[in-house]
Amino acid sequence: MNTVVVVDYGSGNLHSACKALERAGNDAGSEVTVRLSSDPDEVLKADRVVLPGVGAFADCRRGLDAAPGLTEALTELVQEKGRPFFGICVGMQLLASRGLEYEITAGLDWISGDVAPIRPADPSLKIPHMGWNDLTQVRPHPLLDNLLNSGRSRDAYFVHSYALTAARPEDVVATTDYGGAITAFVARDNVAGSQFHPEKSQGFGLALLSNFIRWRP
Amino acid sequence: MLKVRIIPCLDVKDGRVVKGVKFVDLVDAGDPVEAARAYDAAGADELCFLDITASHEDRSTLLDVVQRTAEACFTPLTVGGGVRAVEDIRRLLLAGADKVSINTAAVNNRQFVREAAEKFGDQCIVVAIDAKRVSPDGAPPRWEIFTHGGRRETGIDAIDFAREVVSLGAGELLVTSMDRDGTRAGYDLPLMKAISSAVSAPVIASGGVGSLDDLVNGVTEGGVSAVLAASIFHFGTYTVSEAKAHMAAAGIPVRMV
Repeated sequence: MNTVVVVDYGSGNLHSACKALERAGNDAGSEVTVRLSSDPDEVLKADRVVLPGVGAFADCRRGLDAAPGLTEALTELVQEKGRPFFGICVGMQLLASRGLEYEITAGLDWISGDVAPIRPADPSLKIPHMGWNDLTQVRPHPLLDNLLNSGRSRDAYFVHSYALTAARPEDVVATTDYGGAITAFVARDNVAGSQFHPEKSQGFGLALLSNFIRWRP
Repeated sequence: MLKVRIIPCLDVKDGRVVKGVKFVDLVDAGDPVEAARAYDAAGADELCFLDITASHEDRSTLLDVVQRTAEACFTPLTVGGGVRAVEDIRRLLLAGADKVSINTAAVNNRQFVREAAEKFGDQCIVVAIDAKRVSPDGAPPRWEIFTHGGRRETGIDAIDFAREVVSLGAGELLVTSMDRDGTRAGYDLPLMKAISSAVSAPVIASGGVGSLDDLVNGVTEGGVSAVLAASIFHFGTYTVSEAKAHMAAAGIPVRMV
C-alpha cells in the first residue's frame, strides 16, 4: 500500500492535487491512497507527502505553523525517515531558507536559497508569469528524465510572481526561460519540488506525478 | 518561451451549456463537464466557464459543475459570473476553480479586488472588463466600462479602470469588447493594445472572433497574452489544434500537444 498525504493547511485548491495524484496512481499501476490531512500523526504514517500551496509565502508559512506539530512531523518524516516529498508552487518555495515576499519569512530551509520577486529585464514581460512554458533540464533526475527525453511537449503550467534562487546550483534540476532562467524544479535527496503545477499540466503533469508515486530515492 | 494561451469559453446557465457545443460527438452536448473534457483532450490551454444563471441564490448547481470538471480535467479552470463576495470566491476555489473572474462587483467596489487578492493571492483573481467605445468616429479612441451585458453605462474610463484594478491586485484581465461581442468581426484591437500596454498583468482578449486570423491579430496587434473564443470552437468552425497550427505558422509561440 502506498499512502500519499497531501498536506492540508488551508491553502487553496487541494481538490485538484488529490484527484491528479489518484489518477497518476492509476496510471502508474500502483494502489494509492490519497489523504488530505494536517494531522501530524497522519503525516508521520505517510509513505510519501505532497505539500501544495498557492498565494503568498508568508500566508502559507503561517498556515503551516497554525497546525500544531505539523512542521515538526514533516521534518521528521522527510529528514529522518527519508520519505519522498514533493512541493508544488508555494509548497516548493517553502523549501527555501527565506521568502522575501512583503516581509522576510523563514522557510523550511531544506533547499538553501531565497524566494524573491521575478524582475524580467524586458519590461514587456507580464507579471505574474502565467501560462505554459517549456522546461530545460539542467541535470538528470528520476522524476523528469523519461518526460523530457521522450519527444513529448515539455510545457508545464506556471503561475507565480516570485521565484526560488538556490544557493547550491546542484539543487536545480530544471529551469524555464522568462526574461532569464527561472528555477522550475529543485531536488535534493528525497526532496523535490516544482514551481509549475503538475496537477494543472495535463498529461505532462500526470506523468510527473506517476513518477513521484513510483520514486524510491 | 512562454506560450500564448488559447481559451475556449463556455456560457453556463442552470448547470447547462447555453446553445450547446456542436464540435464533437458528445453524448450530451449541453453538459459543461463533457464539453470541458473534450476541449481538454483537444489541447485547450485553459478552460473558462461563465455562469449566466439569472438567479444567484442557488449556486450549488454551478459548484457541482466546477467540481466534476476539476475531477476530469487537469488543466487550469477560470470561473466567472455572479461573483460578489469573498465567500463566492472561496466556494469556487474549494470546488476546484483555479481562477475566479470578477466583473460587476469590481466596478461597484474596487476594494473588493484588493480584499480578494489579499485573501487568495493575485494569481487567482481575474477582473473581467466589458468595454464599449464611446468616442465618435475620427476622434481619439476612448472606451468606458459597461455592466449588465453592455446595457448599463458607468462613465468609468476602461484604461484607468484596468490600471486601478491591477494596482489593487488583479492578476489578470479578461477584456471583452461589447461592440464586437457576437459580431465575428474580430477583436477590438486598439482596445486590446491600449489595455495590454497600460498594465503589467497579462490580458486575455475576448469578443468578436470570427476567423483564425483574428486570434493572430489579437496577439500581434493587440499585444495580449491569451485569446478567448467561444462560438468558432463550439460550432465546430475550427478546432483548437487548427487554431494553434495557424498561430504557429504566423510565428506565435503556442503549446503543441
